[in-house]
Amino acid sequence: MGMTITEKILTKHSGKRAVSPGDNIWVDVDILMTHDVCGPGTIDIFKKNFGNNARVWNREGTVIIPDHYIFTKDQHAGRNIEILRGFAKEQDLPYFYDVGTSRYRGVCHVALAQEGHTRPGEVLFGTDSHTCTAGAFGEFATGIGNTDAALIMGIGKLWVKVPPTIRYVFDGEVPPYIMAKDMILTIIGKIGVEGANYMTMEFAGDGVYALSMDERMTLCNMVIEAGAKNGVISPDKKTISYVVSHTKKSFEIVENDHDARFRDITYFKSNELVPMVAKPHSPDNTAPARDLNTTKLDRCYIGSCTGGKLDDFKAAARILKGNKVVTDTYIVPATVEVADSLKKERLDNMTLLEIFTNAGARIGDPSCAACLGGPVDTFGRLNNDEVCLSTTNRNFPGRMGSKGSQVYLASPYTVAASALTGKITDPRDFL
Amino acid sequence: MKEYIQGKAYVVGDNIDTDQIIPANYLVYSLSDPDERKYYGRYALSSVPEKEAGLPKGNIPFVKAGKDSSEFSIIIAGKNFGCGSSREHAPVALQIAGVEAVIAESYARIFYRNSVDGGFFIPFETPIRLIDQIATGDELRLDISSATLLNISSGKEYKLKSLGEIYGILEAGDIFEYARRSGLIKAG
Repeated sequence: MGMTITEKILTKHSGKRAVSPGDNIWVDVDILMTHDVCGPGTIDIFKKNFGNNARVWNREGTVIIPDHYIFTKDQHAGRNIEILRGFAKEQDLPYFYDVGTSRYRGVCHVALAQEGHTRPGEVLFGTDSHTCTAGAFGEFATGIGNTDAALIMGIGKLWVKVPPTIRYVFDGEVPPYIMAKDMILTIIGKIGVEGANYMTMEFAGDGVYALSMDERMTLCNMVIEAGAKNGVISPDKKTISYVVSHTKKSFEIVENDHDARFRDITYFKSNELVPMVAKPHSPDNTAPARDLNTTKLDRCYIGSCTGGKLDDFKAAARILKGNKVVTDTYIVPATVEVADSLKKERLDNMTLLEIFTNAGARIGDPSCAACLGGPVDTFGRLNNDEVCLSTTNRNFPGRMGSKGSQVYLASPYTVAASALTGKITDPRDFL
Repeated sequence: MKEYIQGKAYVVGDNIDTDQIIPANYLVYSLSDPDERKYYGRYALSSVPEKEAGLPKGNIPFVKAGKDSSEFSIIIAGKNFGCGSSREHAPVALQIAGVEAVIAESYARIFYRNSVDGGFFIPFETPIRLIDQIATGDELRLDISSATLLNISSGKEYKLKSLGEIYGILEAGDIFEYARRSGLIKAG
């Protein structure tokens, strides 16, 4: 019987000959990623269970990327970075991207790819729910808690319940005003926030393969918002070209068997997609942007692992170029590499950074920033009852700070267009 | 593992996410420092909107102002409890506040795993929508091995879903003890 990509990767990492959805298996882990919010707790549990002198199972496989609470005066946040620093030194970890040094990178899910830690066919666990982003590279990647991460640190293994796969096929290239964010919001709006609970969401079709790696990452990034265990896209030439230009390590391409069994297959006609928005306070509370054109905004936010990659800013720049924002607009590049690119990438005769600055947007330093609220001095945090349109991933009550605020989620095109009008705006009005 | 858990119910609705369970600005506190650890109890479920806090009436804080633990030890929830972030601080916050069991219609995957693997409390699933039948403050008695819930206040009894495959981990105490018993961690 044929297997899916996820089943084949888990089979190979469990030493079994085959696995089926529902099987509970122990798998060997290739990469464990943690950051400043969950790293200290993980380290504490690791030492409690394996001893104060314990060594991590694999130095090369333990990647620590502080990114959440970086540019804050909060003393406790600073203390957490110190704990990571001490641990990385003690364990002699080669992949610790320390704050305040040239090693600092920014948002972990984007940095993992840029540093070559995402590779087809591998198993990646991270102490962050958006670890599923890396499925864009044809690997099994999912989020876990501190306890599971501490167990991996000690033995390099974790138990996994094999998920069934649902396939989402986009027929035809998507129209130029549609971004991956619109595609995933369309799916989540259709299936609901637990529509893929415990499952793998696989994205396929020429509409998906035409997307850049940045855009594929956006698709996989938000599968957790439908409750999925992981998202995955079968590797193609684009995947391989990205990965070999970011790592020298070898990897193995894993594809679906021709007779792989899927729980379900849903087809979308790409040319029927419209710019979508998720209304407060749930990512499945969706509506077409055009239907919300009377919703007034106090703030626009472009950033995070979901919407702060280079392609997100290229899209925003197309709309903001030569215009002025009428809403407070915050721009937060996900990583240092993205921030540097804003200074180099040009649209016609201007850099993206010049376009944003001239438009009147505020530019922040690379980190998770206000996507998840954070300490009160976090750049872009909603501290009152603001109405915000954001390229981030969640709009739960209080997610971006104050419980009284309201967050709408949309693509960088839609957020940029709305920044120019002060109301939720369909980007087709500007493209 | 205990045979019975008895305590007061705290009832919440669907899609209670980890930001509502423990808002992100508190995640800076240490889980291992005894003084800082208390904050997780103090702020547990603090971002649930007031009118949905403690159903059916609402406006009942899970933890009273100035306290570090809750008078409610059993949470009754709707669908998709614990969705969102992978932060283990969420199940830990509930445990620190004094929660011994959560009974929900369904859970988000990572939260469920974290609750079980860390042994923080027992996550039961209910086949019927208990949030329409149980009120915040009702006295409940949960029989763990038979997976039955008695509402002492109303006299009604409910059959919950069996714990199934997670029973072994809950019985061991946490995933570490389970892995030791399975021979995956060698005694050192």
